[in-house]
Amino acid sequence: MTTKNRFVISLVLSLPMLIEMIARPLTGWMLPGHSWTMFALTTGVMAVSAWPFMRTAWVAFRNHNANMDTLIAIGTSTAYIYSIYAMLYHQPVFFEVAAFVVTFILLGQTLEEKMKAQTSSAIEKLLGLQAKDAEVARDGQIIRMPLSEIVVGDIVHVKPGQKIAVDGRVIEGSSTVNEAMVTGESMPVVKKPGDTVIGATINQTGMLMLEATKVGSNTLLSQIIAMVQHAQSSRAPIQKTVDAISNIFVPTVLIVAIITFVVWYAIIDVSTATALLYSVAVIIIACPCALGLATPTALMVGVGRGAKLGILIKNGEVLEAASNIQTVVFDKTGTITNGNPIVTDIIGDEKAVLTIAATLEHSSEHPIATAILKKATTLGIKTGDSRDFHAIEGKGVAATIAGKPSFAGNIKLLTDHKLEIQLEQEMRRLQDEAKTVVIVGSDHKAIGLIAIQDTPKETAESAIAQLKAQNYRTVMMTGDNHGVAQAIADAVGIDEVLADIAPSDKADHVKQLQQHSKVAFVGDGINDAPALAAANLGIAMGSGTDIAIESGGIVLVKNDVRDVVTALALSQKTFGRIKLNLFWAFIYNIIGIPVAAGVFTGFGITLSPELAGLAMALSSLSVVISSLLLSRTKLN
Amino acid sequence: MDKILLLIGAISLIGFIIWWFFGKSSNKQTVAVATSADHQEVEVLVNGGYTPNTVVLQQGTPATIVFERKDPSGCFNEVVFPDFGIHETLPVRKKHAVNIDTATKGEFRYSCGMNMFHGKVIIK
Repeated sequence: MTTKNRFVISLVLSLPMLIEMIARPLTGWMLPGHSWTMFALTTGVMAVSAWPFMRTAWVAFRNHNANMDTLIAIGTSTAYIYSIYAMLYHQPVFFEVAAFVVTFILLGQTLEEKMKAQTSSAIEKLLGLQAKDAEVARDGQIIRMPLSEIVVGDIVHVKPGQKIAVDGRVIEGSSTVNEAMVTGESMPVVKKPGDTVIGATINQTGMLMLEATKVGSNTLLSQIIAMVQHAQSSRAPIQKTVDAISNIFVPTVLIVAIITFVVWYAIIDVSTATALLYSVAVIIIACPCALGLATPTALMVGVGRGAKLGILIKNGEVLEAASNIQTVVFDKTGTITNGNPIVTDIIGDEKAVLTIAATLEHSSEHPIATAILKKATTLGIKTGDSRDFHAIEGKGVAATIAGKPSFAGNIKLLTDHKLEIQLEQEMRRLQDEAKTVVIVGSDHKAIGLIAIQDTPKETAESAIAQLKAQNYRTVMMTGDNHGVAQAIADAVGIDEVLADIAPSDKADHVKQLQQHSKVAFVGDGINDAPALAAANLGIAMGSGTDIAIESGGIVLVKNDVRDVVTALALSQKTFGRIKLNLFWAFIYNIIGIPVAAGVFTGFGITLSPELAGLAMALSSLSVVISSLLLSRTKLN
Repeated sequence: MDKILLLIGAISLIGFIIWWFFGKSSNKQTVAVATSADHQEVEVLVNGGYTPNTVVLQQGTPATIVFERKDPSGCFNEVVFPDFGIHETLPVRKKHAVNIDTATKGEFRYSCGMNMFHGKVIIK
């Protein structure tokens, strides 16, 4: 039987007793066959609605376990059995206590089930985004086939208004795509051949033909779903304390209830019935549920809300870490800047310099390499063959081209090579203009320079300003020279610059910063993985479908620095809510139990078991509602 | 006299509660049975707790824990393995298989949705 049906039955059976309770003091009206009628009605409640509590309590007891059902079963059956005894000996009965308590608790549980379903709605929404089928070109025909049959390399046709089924790369056509549901980006994104598209996003204006690059559990959406599921089932470290308490909670409450009875009956010397009511109130008001619900519901809502905004939070520990962050360290390229730098100046013989540079860099995916290759392509320069290619960590690359040892890299490479005075002056000039300078050399001699400039993201300045307004120290870390780095930092307002840092040293610098404060590192998940792992909180920024979900505590699906601010705020709010929930759950028990035990009777404050039942139902409910409100709190 | 008897009764009841719930509980432990060379399976009965409450799995062999929920109490609606990211709904009076990743050795606790009932998986 569902909780709702059990509630309805117990409500219907309790109603006559409720009417009597209200009408009797006013009109003197009583139920016909007073105690016997009450006995019959309450027996119905106990047998139908309360039975599952008894059953679970009993099996749990046999397993040396105790839970909320144990408390409800003992509390209500004590009231019920005592009333039968009292009825037989013509003493005052309180059947209605048992019936009302069961009704209130079932009311609470019915509402709680409804609300709890809402807390986990994020996953269902994400699952619902998945496309069902797609039009795929196979054997020269276009066939509509279910998602599960699409394989990597398939050519998928997407008409305007249709959902893009899998992650892929556009090979023909151009269009705008609404990616809001996956990345949280509200503006439609323009897609043309070569661009990547994300499965479950909606193609808006044009026909697209794409090659499937990721299918099944490898798609971005599947990974997001897996991560959110994982996060929602994790526990915050703070939960450990709660676990320790909830393990001993129920038996302790039972002991307190026994002591309450003994004190009232044997020492204060009230009637058995009165002493028993205090004791039952103690059992009923104790609510382990609120303690149990505090963390998971807040985590569900917080993580779910993040997923909607394109902010993926890995687990509960991350929330706690995010609450203590004092310093936010940014990687420069691709994080603060757009990460697609362009070649602005070439010093020396343009063709010779570019040919060597492009040949050296043609297999690299570094943004600087991309810029050089792009320039070479536009000028129609072809790359040559090279031998003995090797990268020199933090300095550059070298290889033998046309029989001559050649190199391209930064000034550090020049310890073994010489730079002419004229080139050195040019380099200074370019660096003063905040450009990154690549020195290109051949046959042990520098032959020219390539200047590259990367521009800060439009949103970087406002993101940094918001962080500073919240008293975070902002640091930018980069492999570039100090001049370039400082120019970018000044443009966006970063406090401190750490320049000339080789990629492998980033993690060490993070550790140094950690000696003074808790550090969050923001970078792309692929190159910055060690630094992300070393920081107290790693925030990995994604671009397209290639997000490295494993690398960061928080993963930002869309490439927007402002999401760092939102992610920190969301984590803190969620963690704050967990603490608030736990605080209320504890306070509720700490105050509720003594009140129910009659400690404050001297001040005229008492609590009947029915009210205790109502309060208990409300306490769980208030925790769930408090968690649900997280989806409405302001984040900026 | 009545009161003295009551006191004795109350004290022994408290003693019983402490002994029964906090005493050395009978830890029932079951080693998973290999169903084939590359799979192991173990059944856990969900009825007022998880029986057995400790399950031993071999590291490296894919494992399935089959939960059979006999208890309709709302407490057992979900089973949560925080370390594995598993959060699944258990249907009443049906068997529900949960796959466990046995790649790493260790002790992993699991619990019901409200974290009131606990079980343990040991991978060795």
